[in-house]
Amino acid sequence: MRHVAIIGAGQAGSSLAAKLRELDFDGRVTLIGDEPHPPYQRPPLSKAYLTGKLAADRLALRGPSFYAERGIDLRLATTVTRIVPAENRIEFGSESLAYDDLVLATGATPISLPVEVGGALANIFTLRTIGDVEEIAPHVGPGKRALIVGGGYIGLEVAAALNQTGVDVTLVELQERILGRVAAAETSAYFRSLHAERGVRLLEGVGLVSLEGEDRVLRARLSDGSCVDVDFVIVGIGVRPSVTLAEAAGLAVENGICVDLQGRTSGTGIWAAGDCASLLWSGRRLRIESVPHAIDQAETVAANILGANRDYRPRPWFWSDQFDVKLQIAGLNSGYDRTVERKGARPGSCSYWYFAGEKLLAVDAINDARAYMTAKRLIDAGRSPSPRDVADGALA
Amino acid sequence: MPTITFITAEGKQHAVTAEIGRSVMEIALEKSIPGVVAECNGSAACATCHCYFDPAFTEAIGPVGEHESDMLDFTAAPRRPESRLSCQVRVVDTLDGMTVRIPAMQ
Ligand SMILES: Cc1cc2nc3c(=O)[nH]c(=O)nc-3n(C[C@H](O)[C@H](O)[C@H](O)COP(=O)(O)OP(=O)(O)OC[C@H]3O[C@@H](n4cnc5c(N)ncnc54)[C@H](O)[C@@H]3O)c2cc1C
Ligand code: FES
Repeated sequence: MRHVAIIGAGQAGSSLAAKLRELDFDGRVTLIGDEPHPPYQRPPLSKAYLTGKLAADRLALRGPSFYAERGIDLRLATTVTRIVPAENRIEFGSESLAYDDLVLATGATPISLPVEVGGALANIFTLRTIGDVEEIAPHVGPGKRALIVGGGYIGLEVAAALNQTGVDVTLVELQERILGRVAAAETSAYFRSLHAERGVRLLEGVGLVSLEGEDRVLRARLSDGSCVDVDFVIVGIGVRPSVTLAEAAGLAVENGICVDLQGRTSGTGIWAAGDCASLLWSGRRLRIESVPHAIDQAETVAANILGANRDYRPRPWFWSDQFDVKLQIAGLNSGYDRTVERKGARPGSCSYWYFAGEKLLAVDAINDARAYMTAKRLIDAGRSPSPRDVADGALA
Repeated sequence: MPTITFITAEGKQHAVTAEIGRSVMEIALEKSIPGVVAECNGSAACATCHCYFDPAFTEAIGPVGEHESDMLDFTAAPRRPESRLSCQVRVVDTLDGMTVRIPAMQ
C-alpha cells in the first residue's frame, strides 16, 4: 500500500493529510508531530488565547476523532531525527518508517535573543506553541511589567493582549518604525497611535542593549541610554524556517526548503509546504508565513502527490487583531513605490493601497472589510484600479 | 445540548449535538461537516464559513455585526437575508432544532 508520511503536525501537515483523504487517497497516511497536542491554530496564541479568553481545547483544528475516523495515523510527541532519502526512510528515536512520498511541513522556529545580551536568563520567552503560552501564562497579571522585543505583528498583538490583562507593557523596535519590514508608514502610524492611546509604551528606533539580572531577568538596558525594570520579556524578532532535517538529507535550501511550483523539493518523492518551504515567485525565493498559505499550498501538494500536476499560485492574505482593530491584508507589497489612502464608509475605517506604477500589489485594510474584500478580488484577478478611483471613486 | 442539522449543498443532512458557547463554525469543523472552510478559524477575516441559517431562528441567533455584514456582501455564494458567517454565531440552547444550509461555494 502506498504510504505518505508527513513530518510536522501543524497547519500545513494536518491540511495535507485531510486533503489526501478528501481526494479519496486510500493508502497509508502518517502524520508525525513533535508537540504533544493534536494540530491546532496558532493565530489565537498571540491574541485571545494569551489573555485567557479562549480555552485550549478550542484551539484544535479538527474534532478529537477526526484523524482516527479517516485512518490518519497521528503520532504526537514524536520528533523525526533523520531522513534517509536513498532508502525512502525516516527515523525517530529507535523507530524507522519507510515512505513512498514524504512531506516536510516542519514550520518555523522563533529567533531567540543571543546569550551575550542576556538571552539565557529565566523569564525570557518566544511565542510559537501552546507550550510557550503555558510557560508565559503564570507571569501575566495586572501590574506585571513586560518588555516586548520587536514591533512586528506578533510583538504588537502580544503587546495589545497583555495590555488588556493589565500588564504594563514596553515595546522596543530597533528599526525607525514598527511594522517597518511589512507595512507602509501610514499603517505603522495607525498602529503606533492605537497602542499609545491604550497605554503601551512604544519605543521606535530603540534597540535592546542587554537584559540583566541574577538568574532571572530584572531590567533591560536600552540603546537610548534608559533602563526599564521588567518581570518578563517576550521576544518577537522573527522566525527561521525549520530546515535542519532537510539540510542533513542534502535537500536544496535557500531561505527555506526549496520547492518548485508544485511543491517538490530537490529530493525524489519529497515535498514541502507551509512556513518551512520557499517557493520561486517573481524571480526570488519567497516564504509566506500565514495560515491561508499553509492550507492552500498543502492542499496543492496533496493533489500533486496524487498526480494532479497542478502549479501553486499563492494568493497571499493575512489578518491581525489588536485591541478592537482588525487589520486585513491582501497581496504582497514588496516593490511598491507609492501608497494611496482610501477612507472607509464606517467611522475609523480606512485602507492603504500599495502600487508599483499602475499595478496594484497589496492592500492594508483597517476595520474596513469592504476595502479588503474588494482589493482581494482585484488582486486575485490581476486587475488594478486607477489610483484616483482608489482614493475617492467607485471600485467594483 | 441543542441539536443542529447541517444540510450540505448536495442536500445531505448531518444532525449533530452542539456544545453551548461554541460557534456554529467550530461545531461544523469538529463534526467534519464538508463545505465549511473557515480559513481564518473564526476571526471574521475570510468569509469562507458562510452559511444560510434557518429564518425561524433569526431572533435566537441575534443580529449581524457591522464588520460581519460587510464581509457577507462579498461571499462566494450569493448573500441572502438568512446569510451569516457561522463563526460569528454562538450556540445557545434556543437554537435546538435549527437547520444550517451550507452554500455550494466558499
Ligand atoms: C503567535 C502566532 C500568531 C500568528 N498569527 C497569524 C495570523 O493572525 N494570521 C495568519 O495567517 N497567520 C498567523 N500566524 C502564522 C501561522 O500560524 C503559520 O504561518 C502557520 O502555522 C504555518 O503552518 P505550518 O504547518 O507551516 O507550520 P506550523 O503550524 O508551525 O507546524 C509545524 C509543526 O511541525 C513540527 N515539527 C518541526 N520539526 C519536526 C520534527 N523534526 N519532527 C516532528 N515534528 C516537527 C513543529 O513543532 C510544528 O508543530 C501566526 C503564528 C504565530 C506563531
Ligand atoms: S472562519 Fe473566517 S470568517 Fe468565519
